This record gives sequence, C-alpha cells and structure tokens, in this order.
Amino acid sequence: MGALRADRGVCIGAGMCVMTDSAVFDQDDDGIVVLLEEDPDTDGKVRAAVDACPSGALSITED
Amino acid sequence: MTETARTTTQSTAQSTGRTARGPGARGVEELPLHMQRVGFDPAPELGAIRDGAGVRKVRTPFGLEAWLVTRWSDVREVLGDAGRFSNEWQGAFRPPGMPERSPEEIARLRAGNLLAFDPPAHTRLRRMLTPEFTGRRMARLEPRVREIVDQHLDAMEQAGPPADLVADFALPVPSLVICELLGVPYGDRAEFQRRSARLLDLSSPMDERMRAQEEQRDYMAGLVARERAEPGEELLGMLVREHGEELSTDELIGIANLLLIAGHETTSNMLGLGTLALMDHPDQLALVRDDPDAIGPAVEELLRWLSIVHSGTIKSATGPAEIAGQPIAEGELVMLSIPAANRDTALLEDPERLDVRRGALGHVAFGHGVHHCLGAPLARMEMRIAFPAVLQRFPDLRPAGEDRRFRSFNVVYGMESLPVTWGGA
Ligand code: HEM
Ligand code: HEM
Ligand code: SF4
Repeated sequence: MGALRADRGVCIGAGMCVMTDSAVFDQDDDGIVVLLEEDPDTDGKVRAAVDACPSGALSITED
Repeated sequence: MTETARTTTQSTAQSTGRTARGPGARGVEELPLHMQRVGFDPAPELGAIRDGAGVRKVRTPFGLEAWLVTRWSDVREVLGDAGRFSNEWQGAFRPPGMPERSPEEIARLRAGNLLAFDPPAHTRLRRMLTPEFTGRRMARLEPRVREIVDQHLDAMEQAGPPADLVADFALPVPSLVICELLGVPYGDRAEFQRRSARLLDLSSPMDERMRAQEEQRDYMAGLVARERAEPGEELLGMLVREHGEELSTDELIGIANLLLIAGHETTSNMLGLGTLALMDHPDQLALVRDDPDAIGPAVEELLRWLSIVHSGTIKSATGPAEIAGQPIAEGELVMLSIPAANRDTALLEDPERLDVRRGALGHVAFGHGVHHCLGAPLARMEMRIAFPAVLQRFPDLRPAGEDRRFRSFNVVYGMESLPVTWGGA
C-alpha cells in the first residue's frame, strides 16, 4: 500500500480515472482530476485507475 | 495520417477471406503493412512482428521509411513520451502530389490541430478544450444523442428492411452529434451532413472530395464568425466566451475541423464494424441487447478488438532512442500498430478472441499519453447508447447477403456499406 498522488498540472482530463473509480476520483469544471479521498486504499480499482491514466498524472508512492 | 491519406487511392477488401490490399489502380502497389487486415483481424504478419523482433522498418504510404512498433508496452511507451517522440515534424512535411503551399498557408491549416503540436503548444489548446468533454457536458448532450439515434431508427423501421446500416445510421448519427457539440444551427444541418457525406464518400473522385473539404472549411469559417459575433451555448460559443482573446480565428476553425474529422468517421466506423462483429457473435449480441450492464465493458472490448485507427500520428525521434532492443536514430520516424498492440498477451489473455464480457481498460484504441483521444467520453457515450438501441429496435438484426465491404486504405478501418435485414424479410 502506498500514497496516491494526482498531479493536476499533468492531467489532460481524459476522465479514465473517474470511469474506473468514481468514489476516489472526480473532475473539476475544467475537467482536471480531483481526489475525493485523502488516503484511499491503493489496491484494486485505484491501482487500475493509475494504470489506465493516459497522461501519467496519477502515481502511487510506495512507502 | 493526415493529408496524406487523402491523396492516394482508396481500396476495399471484398471478403473476409482475403487480406485487404490496395488495388494499385492509382499508384499504390500494396497496402502499407500497418493497414493490412483479414476481416476483423490485423494481418498475421503484424502479430508475427510483435511476437518476434517487436519492431520493423516499413515504408509509409508516401514513401518515407519508419519504424513500426507493435508491442503493447512499447506502443504505450512511445505514446507516453511526447518529449522523445514528437508530432511537430509533420507541419514541415508535404506528401508527394499535394499542392505546394506557402509557410503562411501551412501555418493556417495547422492552427488548432492538437495532433500537430507537442507540449507546451499542445497543452495550451488541450487545456481549453478539456472542459467541453467532462461528465457534466456529456450528461447535457446525452438526451440529444438519444433523440438522434431514435430518429434514425424510426426512419429505418418505417422504410422497412433491408437497410444499409452504414448510410442510414452509422454515418449520419455521429455527424449530427458533432453538430450538437459544436453548435451548428438546425437550419444548416442538412447541408452540413450532405457535405460530410460527400467528404467521406469513397466512391467519389478525390477532387470532388477535396472540394467538399474546402467547402466544409469555409462553412466552419462562417460558423466561427457568427459565434464570435454572438457566442452560443455549445463548444464554439463557450470557447469564444472563455478564450476568445487568446484563440485566433484560424485556431477556432482548425479546432472545429479537427473535431469533425476526428469524431465523425471514427465513431461511424465503430458503429458499423461493431454491429457486424456482434452479428457474427450472436450470444454476445444477445447479451448487449438484453443486459443493460453489458454495454460498458462491451464498448471497451469492441474498441480493443476492432482497433479501427490503424496507427495514429507518425512520430519523429527527438534524439537517439531504443525500442524493443532496436536503436532508433535521431530524426527517424516511428509509427505504431494499434491493432497488434491491442492483441498482445501482455495486455490480456487470449487476445484474439472477442469477449464483450471482459472489457479491459488499458487498451490503446484511443491512443495514450497527451494526445489520448479528446473525444473519448463522447465516443463512449454515443456507442453505449447506439449499440443497445439498434439491437433492441431490431432484435433479430442480421446481415443481408454474404458480401462484406471492408475499407482499408484509410486512416480508420471500417465498412463501406453494411446491408442488414430484420423481421420476416
Ligand atoms: C497530426 C495529425 C493529423 C493531421 C495533421 C491530420 C490532418 C488531416 C487532414 C488535413 C485531412 C484531410 C481531410 C480534411 O482536412 O478534411 C485528414 C483526414 C482524415 N483524418 Fe486526419 N489528421 C491527423 C490525425 C488524425 C487522427 C489521429 C485521426 C483519427 C483518430 C484522423 C482521422 C482522419 C480521417 C478519418 C480523415 C478522413 C480520411 C479519409 O478521407 O480517408 N486524423 N486528416
Ligand atoms: C470510437 C471513436 C474514436 C476513436 C477510436 C478515436 C481514436 C483516437 C485516437 C487513437 C487518437 C490519438 C491519435 C494519435 O495519438 O495520433 C485520437 C485523438 C483525438 N480524437 Fe479521437 N477517436 C474517436 C472519437 C472521437 C470523437 C467523437 C472526437 C470528438 C468529437 C474525437 C476527437 C479527437 C481529438 C481532438 C484528438 C486529438 C487529441 C490531441 O491531440 O490532444 N475523437 N482519437
Ligand atoms: S485519468 Fe489521468 S489524465 Fe485522465 S482525468 Fe484522470 S488523472 Fe487526468
């Protein structure tokens, strides 16, 4: 398990993350990613979203 | 991709049993390797490269040489690294046979085309457009998409079988959806559609299609001028309102044109080919027709399995690189085989099989990286509405006849026509 990070400067707003896990990810009015949970479980769907993100805006830092 | 694709001949493979090859009628001896398919499948040679060396030097349609990258992980890597694999070289390239153009003319035609820029010029445009494709915007468009779909199904039903699913449904629906998205006024739509249809009609001569393209561009210029004067509620009006100062008129025209080009034929061909694929797999067709939860994964699987965009834009290496152990020199061109990558066992098990139950994300049918399809949320919404709607309206939909007219020599793979029938006919 690690910490989920979203780099809003890199996000291209493709919305793949929201499609994969709408409990953790949302898009603001500009279409840029927002995290809905501070410290979500980074297995399962969240990891799938990180892998699916086309821009590389999402990462999980292992600690 | 590009002007390129329009300057040479178009061809069709008439049956599934034969590799789709160019006819050579107007100068194309053989279809470029990355466009070769057998029915729904990429040519066996593409899979053999993927499972062997991984890359091969090929000739692009215009006589340039490029490295063709075939493995899923390598394709993701190239698409994911716009710094090392650049799109910007394309501005300078003139395909043989294209009219000579001045630098000003080239800059004008390139303005607003996201695919022709690297970050940061690309980022600037993309950031302005992203808000137009959010879930909220899509939710606003959705009822109109449903109406457009239903109107075309009504017309097909009233006319009775047989119908051409391409001409009667797959082509007009995405064209009208783009009208909605951009804000093309109702009174202009019939003419707009006639022009797009002429533009995409492969049977008409190239100069006729080029003329239709010029006319469409002129129309967009007029539309942009009207939106500048009186901004509406749709995409162009919003862009004018939010970014009217920063965007040049050429950029607005370019954006409108790109959305039409990238959003019309792609979605059309997914609807046509996807319906045929489902008719070939009746159990999967029944699932998509009857189970409302089936369509989400089904759309992803159809995108993956059909991979209608053969290659995406060609990149140029900005420095020495290595792909699948092959050194690539600075300035060499790199192109991708999206169908080969999407049938890589590194992406999923048993990749040659269509199974709409799985719907894996991570396919590269919409590309990857900064140029990942801007219209993906719209394309997904259209397909999620259209496939079940067609199948529910005509539950026993089936091909009328054996002839399968695939079209190969195009930026996107698809069907030229798809005669279908239903009921007792
Ligand atoms: C740098 C990238 C690209 C450039 C500069 C470009 C530009 C063009 C131009 C100038 C045309 C001629 C037609 C017209 O202007 O109306 C064209 C045709 C077309 N492009 Fe692209 N395009 C690019 C990438 C793409 C991509 C990624 C797609 C699909 C996702 C696409 C889909 C099409 C289609 C469907 C046509 C019509 C093809 C045909 O008539 O066979 N293009 N493109
Ligand atoms: C099922 C239908 C579609 C498919 C398979 C598809 C596929 C693609 C692919 C593969 C790319 C990346 C090309 C590259 O990297 O060279 C792309 C880019 C793009 N697509 Fe789509 N597309 C579809 C529908 C749409 C729609 C409906 C729209 C808009 C209304 C659209 C607008 C765009 C734009 C603007 C880009 C360029 C994005 C950029 O450079 O940042 N596409 N599409
Ligand atoms: S998937 Fe990546 S690029 Fe797309 S909205 Fe989420 S963070 Fe942004």
